[in-house]
Amino acid sequence: MTENQGRTLPVTDLSLVVLIGATGSGKSTFAHRHFQPTEVLSSDFCRGLVADDENDQSASRDAFDVLHYIAGKRLAAGRRTVVDATSVQQESRRQLIELAKRHDVLPIAIVLDVPEEVCAERNAARTDRATMPRRVVRRHVRELRRSLRHLEREGFRKVHVLRGVEEIEHATVVTEKRFNDLTHLTGPFDIIGDIHGCSAELEALLGKLGYVDGAHPEGRTAVFVGDLVDRGPDSPGVLRRVMAMVASGNALCVPGNHENKYGRHLKGRKVQHTHGLAETIEQMEGESEEFRQQVREFIDGLVSHYVLDGGRLVVCHAGLPEKYHGRTSGRVRSHALYGDTTGETDEFGLPVRYPWAEDYRGSAAVVYGHTPVPQATWLNNTICLDTGAVFGGRLTALRWPERELVDVPAEQVWYEPTRPLATEAPGGLDGRPLQLTDVQGRRVVETRYAGRITVREENAAAALEVMSRFAVDPRLLPYLPPTMAPTATSHIEGYLEHPAEAFAQYREDGIARVVCEEKHMGSRAVALVCKDAETASRRFGVDGPTGALYTRTGRPFLDDGAMTEGILDRLREAVSAADLWRELETDWLLLDAELMPWSLKATGLLRTQYAAVGAASGAVFPGALAAIEGAAARGVDVADLLAGQRERASAATAFTEAYRRYCWPTDGLEGVRLAPFQLLAVQGRSLAGLPHDEQLALIDRMVGHDGSGLLRTTRRLFVDTGDPESVRAGVDWWLEMTGRGGEGMVVKPVEAIVRSGSGHLVQPGIKCRGREYLRIIYGPEYTRPENLARLRNRFLGHKRSLATREYALGLEALDRLAAGEPLWRVHEAVFAVLALESEPVDPRL
Amino acid sequence: MFLTITTTGTPERPATDLGFLLHKHPDRAQAFNTSHGTAHVFYPEADDQRCTAALLLEVDAVALVRKNRNKGKGRGGTPHMALAQYVNDRPYAASSLLAVALSSVFSSAIKGVCAARPERAGQALPLRIEIPSLPARGGTGLIRRLFEPLGWTVDAVPVMLDTQFPEWGESRYVGLVLESSELTLAEALRHLYVLLPVLDGAKHYWVAADEVDKLLRAGEGWLSDHPEQQLITNRYLSRRWSLAREARERLELVRLAEADDSEVEEIDNAVGEDTGPGDEENGESGETTGTGQSPETTEATGTAEAAGPDESAGTDGESQAPEKPAPLAVQRRDAIVAALRASDCARVLDLGCGEGQLVQTLLKDPAFTQIVGVDVSMRALTIASRRLKLDRMGERQSSRITLFQGSLTYTDNRLKGYDAAVLSEVVEHLDLPRLPALEYAVFGSARPRTVLVTTPNAEYNVRWETLPAGHVRHSDHRFEWTREEFRTWARQVGEQHGYSVEFTPVGPDDPEVGPPTQMAVFHLRTTTTTTPHTAKEAAA
Repeated sequence: MTENQGRTLPVTDLSLVVLIGATGSGKSTFAHRHFQPTEVLSSDFCRGLVADDENDQSASRDAFDVLHYIAGKRLAAGRRTVVDATSVQQESRRQLIELAKRHDVLPIAIVLDVPEEVCAERNAARTDRATMPRRVVRRHVRELRRSLRHLEREGFRKVHVLRGVEEIEHATVVTEKRFNDLTHLTGPFDIIGDIHGCSAELEALLGKLGYVDGAHPEGRTAVFVGDLVDRGPDSPGVLRRVMAMVASGNALCVPGNHENKYGRHLKGRKVQHTHGLAETIEQMEGESEEFRQQVREFIDGLVSHYVLDGGRLVVCHAGLPEKYHGRTSGRVRSHALYGDTTGETDEFGLPVRYPWAEDYRGSAAVVYGHTPVPQATWLNNTICLDTGAVFGGRLTALRWPERELVDVPAEQVWYEPTRPLATEAPGGLDGRPLQLTDVQGRRVVETRYAGRITVREENAAAALEVMSRFAVDPRLLPYLPPTMAPTATSHIEGYLEHPAEAFAQYREDGIARVVCEEKHMGSRAVALVCKDAETASRRFGVDGPTGALYTRTGRPFLDDGAMTEGILDRLREAVSAADLWRELETDWLLLDAELMPWSLKATGLLRTQYAAVGAASGAVFPGALAAIEGAAARGVDVADLLAGQRERASAATAFTEAYRRYCWPTDGLEGVRLAPFQLLAVQGRSLAGLPHDEQLALIDRMVGHDGSGLLRTTRRLFVDTGDPESVRAGVDWWLEMTGRGGEGMVVKPVEAIVRSGSGHLVQPGIKCRGREYLRIIYGPEYTRPENLARLRNRFLGHKRSLATREYALGLEALDRLAAGEPLWRVHEAVFAVLALESEPVDPRL
Repeated sequence: MFLTITTTGTPERPATDLGFLLHKHPDRAQAFNTSHGTAHVFYPEADDQRCTAALLLEVDAVALVRKNRNKGKGRGGTPHMALAQYVNDRPYAASSLLAVALSSVFSSAIKGVCAARPERAGQALPLRIEIPSLPARGGTGLIRRLFEPLGWTVDAVPVMLDTQFPEWGESRYVGLVLESSELTLAEALRHLYVLLPVLDGAKHYWVAADEVDKLLRAGEGWLSDHPEQQLITNRYLSRRWSLAREARERLELVRLAEADDSEVEEIDNAVGEDTGPGDEENGESGETTGTGQSPETTEATGTAEAAGPDESAGTDGESQAPEKPAPLAVQRRDAIVAALRASDCARVLDLGCGEGQLVQTLLKDPAFTQIVGVDVSMRALTIASRRLKLDRMGERQSSRITLFQGSLTYTDNRLKGYDAAVLSEVVEHLDLPRLPALEYAVFGSARPRTVLVTTPNAEYNVRWETLPAGHVRHSDHRFEWTREEFRTWARQVGEQHGYSVEFTPVGPDDPEVGPPTQMAVFHLRTTTTTTPHTAKEAAA
């Protein structure tokens, strides 16, 4: 080094920098010159904070507590931190190294080795340190000298020793990026899952992705998640391809545990030739020594994980929790390579992996491999791309940022799996019992149709109570119906709701064909019907019931299990008679329905609420009207009062008539009616996207084959929202139906699941409730003009948002159910629907 | 809402003097704006022999709702309240709103002030009061008990809920006719002013807290000697608690009930009605008496104790527990403490801790160093926290206690590593098909060394005189087991999860039907090397 140029000290951008030097060695000055003021934590300052005196040595213990605490917070937040304390004693450095490890950052030492005389001189010049005994400086310098040789062994990953005032003066600090920080690369990327020597499949996939001889004409970059080698037929071929692509800048690669182990073998370490390593070693024997050397260097140079695309994407082999992203420590590398294990082994003798992705809540997408899964699916913004190519599955790639999956099938089973592929779905073993952490507290549920949906803590708490105390077995509760928004408020005289707005809204959303379905005034019921008890046991794991019949909040619809089975029997017979088991290739069926009469389930509410209002009004008006008439007969001017009360009396009568229409007596199943209006799911398939005309056709066949009189058809009318004639027919149909006291209708896009131009889910249905029915909701006198005027001032925004969110969660539950995902995954979405139902929204909507 | 006041007279003492007494002219119809709507006063008949004044309150239901939005709005400006507040009987039934209107429209008369006929204001007169639609929580019997001691002749006829559905039975409304010739008009009005709200059982009402105090003042002179004074006062207190409850309480459960077209009492019934939030007023002794769960509250909601023998013992002074000296609940807690001590348990889970009675008992014994109360009901936990006065407790004490929401139908890692778990009167609150989930969560996952389970002995039910045959002791009990059923279940659970089990009677062990409460004490078998359960087995 030359004296005038000075030394350059590389310091990693995220690290804990420990300045080491005796009192008076110039640490604060050095820190001030080379680092941001907020990066530097000085022990003197912390002494001041806790004791109002920067030199109060009795406060040291507390001062260092504060210093470590602040440093910890900074490091946790990913901010470089410089500790300005003497740190000449090994014990104090040990604590800082621990701290760095705890936050998975590099500890870096910068030593300022200044002669004792200089330090003493500087201290003497400072009023606050003038009285410091010389022996203190002497001890510092002695301890520092003793430490110098051991700093690397203590755990510092970089050690810069600056000797003498001159060298300190001229040194410069250069900030270095971490190796894993490739945030500046924006791709686009094609992230490729575990290859395991499946060279042919790799070539096929690269071809399908558009690569020509290892390069993409559009400049895309391939990213390999590791496990290039072992088990498969041609590990050398895979290595050759990947290494060439990495060397030419067309690819990035992170190491898998298999490369890691092979790399150790190449370095001459003793490793067991198991899990397919023997095949690699054998194949590599046919390669040149030079190639093996290249492979060794390649593996040696691999960085455990990469943070890409502005921090939006993290790629590693075995997955990585958020707090490890961009960090540098042994355990980060270990997690990136091997994942987290619980220490147990499963029945196949393989380590039980901790389902880190279940807990993941980070904003960066984590793309990884390592654990073979039947298919790549997103879970909490993470995705595993190991689809078991070597076990005869598929080789899968993820296009980023498109988030598209591209895969090719394996040419054959190259290696027999130790454990069947299907047993480990993302997030853990199927069949694990539901855990409280699956549902409790604030949660975010990832949905296919509406992204991430948040459940707030208080709503989850309420749902937990209802789910735990009242709901049917979660295994039989794979779905809860979403709430539905009413039509925009009508301004037509005398109406609060009118179908004209519903048609107009869908027309605006660009939906031409809608179906109007008669609303059955009963209670919502979801029915899960299995072909037989054996199916229920095999598919849903319950012994005894052949299905379930439950309410909007998941409670058993009927207290009497035998009655439930009676209804399921009748449904089952209708499904069998209509030959739907065979046609839908299923042995169970989940359907959404309305169960009537309303009075069957809502008796309590009717008695305390609706009939009570009727009784109270019925008792009061005859006497009140007679009294007013009496006063009128005496010549008192009560004309207005009389007219008003007569109107109120007739409104009250209309109210009573309104609820009475939905009540009739039942005896056992006698008088009970069920109107199915949507088939939700069957084995392996969600039917939520099946267009409503096809839905209704299937249901009609069921109803047509019902010999028991249980099932009722749902009347419907198809409307073209762009055709005024058709719209008028829709309005007339509604007027006619509600004029006879019908509850109203629901308008739905025929295509069922529809997105608007902006990509958002369109309301799956809009309810238009009848004028008379609404008396039950808004009160007997809501139709008085002055009341209507006030009631029109209602806010639909939250209700609509709630309806969409619940709908997306319902769809998610059905998709997860259809895909055979673990119970907790289905339950998570179902539980979220229930929780959202407790959000504050105008209950009249 | 409507009532009439009729008096009779003679040419010397004309009935129309009623007009002077009420300060309302019989030949005019008058309207007054009150806080809840327009009150009309008019006279259907008025001559010397007979004069009737009618008070009709026209409640503006829409405004009523808007007025009460001040409790806070939901997101998007939506009113933050329950559906039941939009459609209700307020416009029709003679509720507390009518009482308020009465006092404002007849404010002088209720004070007995009459400048025009001062001598008559102080005299008794023949009175007939008709209220065609009176909400009467407690029914005609209570109406009699309230009015007859005050000198009224009572004619009360229940109103049918719906004549088209006679099977629904009677409504809570009564057509009431009161007659007396011993009372002054002012007394009569004050009786109505106080007793209408007492009879009004609605939980959704709009009387402000200070008006409740006014009502109490109106009872001066007659309330203190009234045989039902306690009940009248209690109902005021419970009304005040309801107020507090409604204001403070989150409405999540209400909304979930409404989503199902059911009443909130059907699901928010983990703890008794109206206990808790008002606790401070009477819980100072630290003992669990008199939390205000009066029998009529329970009867009206139909959710609390049917027979009183079980859950409410120790919380309700009026329960009919036969063993007066030590209520069953106390004996049960003593038995639990004894069993825990016998097993050397220091760190104890109270699973389904409810209002925290057992936690409170355990706290008194320093042998229990860590006590965790877990319940699925947030309301129960709030009440438990208040009962224990956690916020005022010393650090050393409070560090022994943890309360949190949990559910026994899910596994919960927080419950692992304890010496003992107590499930006191818990299992019977779960539907039988859900029991395996609880078994796994407790015996398979949490896996404490000792587990205590207490549950009613169904055989003993015949000994509760007040319990109708075939009924369970609490409306939320999904089942009650005989001794044989309980033992079979407990042995099977013990077998499956590697616990030994013993049984202990709690309460008098009847030679024929056994004890009222049965307790199983499970001990983890130390010899078991591997846990006998697998995740599959417990997939619940």
